Amino acid sequence: MSAQNSSAPKSMRTPLGRVRNLGSSHSGTKDFWRQRLTAVAMIILVVPMIVVVMMLLGRNQAGAAQILGTPLIAIFVLLFIIASVWHMKIGMQVVIEDYIHDEKLKLVSIMANNFFSVAVALAAAYAIFKLSSGV
Amino acid sequence: MGCVTRPQPAKASMTARIERPLSPHLQTYRWTLTMALSIVHRATGIALYFGTLLFVWWLIAVSSGPTAYGNVQSFAASWIGRLIEFGYTWALMHHMLSGVRHLVWDLGYGFKPTEREWLTWAALIGGILLTVLLWVVAYAIGGGR
Repeated sequence: MSAQNSSAPKSMRTPLGRVRNLGSSHSGTKDFWRQRLTAVAMIILVVPMIVVVMMLLGRNQAGAAQILGTPLIAIFVLLFIIASVWHMKIGMQVVIEDYIHDEKLKLVSIMANNFFSVAVALAAAYAIFKLSSGV
Repeated sequence: MGCVTRPQPAKASMTARIERPLSPHLQTYRWTLTMALSIVHRATGIALYFGTLLFVWWLIAVSSGPTAYGNVQSFAASWIGRLIEFGYTWALMHHMLSGVRHLVWDLGYGFKPTEREWLTWAALIGGILLTVLLWVVAYAIGGGR
């Protein structure tokens, strides 16, 4: 730590970080934590998800719809969708921030990433809800 | 990080460019296993990102009806479909194990040279083994239906 930081020796933040406030992502370390949170969630959920996929192998549409509409399975799939989409949205944002240096293009890319992720999550969730309600 | 001669931004205006040390780019370094696998981790992550489109296509097809599901099934059974599925399985398994390695590092363990090499080999070999195992089980179960 530099002498400038002697008033707060335990802080990891640099003087530049203080000036620019919450860094280039403008959201501080929230995404860092959520990336780990969703990663651990998926490690827990991966075994039930593998079981679900194995159950669905070789089924026709009626069989697959019946299995995916079962409450416990639908809940597992929904949890996996939420965790994975959140995780991939944060991951792609990191990639965008690393490689795209033009500020306007970066903002457009981050917007597109958000739109894509929300659309994927909503489409998947809609399909599961539809199967669960048996329509 | 001694920070002996940090540039003092006090006098410079906010928009002025301050000379900061630049980190050398990739090609400067000797290629290492952890470096290569770091890139593979990112590449598999990007592949899985777009792979979710197939997952969603499949879920929507199940909820749409037999015709839509039939289209997905015939694509999934084609050689290109099987190739994508196999690649997706490996990307997921590798990214997961490689991610566990990152969680170990996040907790502050596994940074010694032998440890980080061992962890990286484990993620690489484990990912391949899990992928093959899953496909053997899948064919054993799915083939019977």
